[in-house]
Amino acid sequence: MTELSKVAVRKRQPLLLRRFATMTPLIRIASAVLLLIVLAAVLAPLIAPHDPTTPNALDSFGGPSGSHLLGADASGRDLLSRLIYGARLSLAGPAVVVLLMVPVGVLLALLAAWRGGITDGVISRVIDILFAFPGLILAIVAVAMFGAGFWAPVIALTVSYVPVLARVLRSVALKERNLPYVAALQVQGVSAIRIAVRHLIPNLLPMITVQAGVAFGYAMLDLAAISYLGLGLQPPTADWGVMVSEGQSSVIEGFPQESLYAAVMVLVTVVCINLIGGWFAERHDISEADL
Amino acid sequence: MTLAWAGFLGRKVGVLVVTLLIASLAIFLCLYLAPGDPATVIAGGTKPNPAVLAHIRLEYHLDDPWWQQYLRWLKGVVTGDMGTSFVYHTSVASLLRARAFSTALLVMYAGAIIVGVGVAAGVMSSLRGRFARTIINVATTIAMGAPTFVVAVVLITIFSTGLSWFPIYGSGSGLLGRLDHLTLPAIALSLSFLAYVASITRAAVDEEKSAEHVDTARSRGLRERLITRRHVLRNAAAPILTVSGISVAGLFSGTAVAEQAFGVQGLGSLLVDAAAKKDLAVVQMISLLMVAAFVIVNVLVDTINAVLDPRLTMERGRA
Repeated sequence: MTELSKVAVRKRQPLLLRRFATMTPLIRIASAVLLLIVLAAVLAPLIAPHDPTTPNALDSFGGPSGSHLLGADASGRDLLSRLIYGARLSLAGPAVVVLLMVPVGVLLALLAAWRGGITDGVISRVIDILFAFPGLILAIVAVAMFGAGFWAPVIALTVSYVPVLARVLRSVALKERNLPYVAALQVQGVSAIRIAVRHLIPNLLPMITVQAGVAFGYAMLDLAAISYLGLGLQPPTADWGVMVSEGQSSVIEGFPQESLYAAVMVLVTVVCINLIGGWFAERHDISEADL
Repeated sequence: MTLAWAGFLGRKVGVLVVTLLIASLAIFLCLYLAPGDPATVIAGGTKPNPAVLAHIRLEYHLDDPWWQQYLRWLKGVVTGDMGTSFVYHTSVASLLRARAFSTALLVMYAGAIIVGVGVAAGVMSSLRGRFARTIINVATTIAMGAPTFVVAVVLITIFSTGLSWFPIYGSGSGLLGRLDHLTLPAIALSLSFLAYVASITRAAVDEEKSAEHVDTARSRGLRERLITRRHVLRNAAAPILTVSGISVAGLFSGTAVAEQAFGVQGLGSLLVDAAAKKDLAVVQMISLLMVAAFVIVNVLVDTINAVLDPRLTMERGRA
């Protein structure tokens, strides 16, 4: 067997393994931590030692013990269980924001880049105007309109994040659209939608992924801040933002654990996502200036 | 003033006015379309008398078409008549006036920290050797991910028990008292922006210090200090200024969290309280003010950038 055929026969490793091999140790740790948090959210009912919302006056402000590994809050609810259950809504909010944001943003960007002219003008102006509304303000207005809860802030944040994604994708899509291969496909009579779905979107995918990661981090921080302000999820729901806010009154009584643990969970999750996002962007040659 | 400048300023102000008008329309419509009947809210009861409702509808022009109501509202905003809050039972204007000072002070305080400390840290990390660079990089990476509410809780934890350098709650009185009370909120508010400004500053200075014109200056034997000041910092100023401006503009909405966390009686905490109580008149006014502040600061930054680099006034198209 010649050298060449040996190379050709060598089986490529599965994608996940190949990805793993290119990770720096820091990124491996970040991925592992993120995986653990997601697993905790999914398996919460199985692994949480206590019910997250059942108070127990006897355990109030209890320190770490065999039954409460991280101690208990002011009304004696198990902190570890609240953190584990809190992962569910704290991750679900940003996930919904990203899931709603990506299709809308991609559609607007492609429309603007492909049609140009008036379509591009209108979309770009609407984007410019929306830029004037900070996400937090939009969320507070939405809460004033529809009341506190999960959905009003999530929808409002989606509306405020779409322009960022659409503006970045529009400029990338515009560059892509002017490449010779698109013209070649058009000459062959391939329809615009087919070019978009089969060629443009796949080529934009790394950029979309990076933007989605960035947006997830911001959404997590913004939603936690809204919960902290009492305008999002309401106590006694287990949510990290709610926990930071509920724990603040205990801080003055010398029990900062509840607020700090929940805050650390938010931070760790966001930092891990940003690290992985940065690594992914670097691999795909997306510079910080493009974001 | 040259023609280019007149055109530049004209475009900027034009875009500013249009943006503000559309923003005001959007904010008005949001709350106009909000579920719930304003007349019932004004009457204050759960089941008000229909005759009373009809009277209120007439008095507040609630049956007019929406655009007439919008124009009346806009005229009121411009002339300082911002309507009445039915939750706080007072005019919106007097509510805002009582609280605007604290918020303005907080934004200025935080802005000064962001620009002062942020730029200094960025320049130091670029020019002061590896040790400073590593320390500042680690600190900015952590701080960049630290949102206001987290920093607030950490600060309260540190200062509530033990250390009592700064008050952790309330607004204070007198200018010094207020500044004292605003120190922790300003730190909480500015930390992540500060880190952002520092990292952009570092990148800008890094790029300029290895530029060809700097090598040329060095080969001419100029002193390092002079090179830094005149050739590196001056050219690095544009991105630093832009990012500082974006950060300061972003501070206005951030005041909601910082004021709420430390119990400062300002516009931000009023906005949060009004939203929770569904006081639409107050929410409308404060959100409009914050959007306006955001847009105006952005225009100011663009203008300062153009003063530093007049080529920008020639740019057509996207203003």
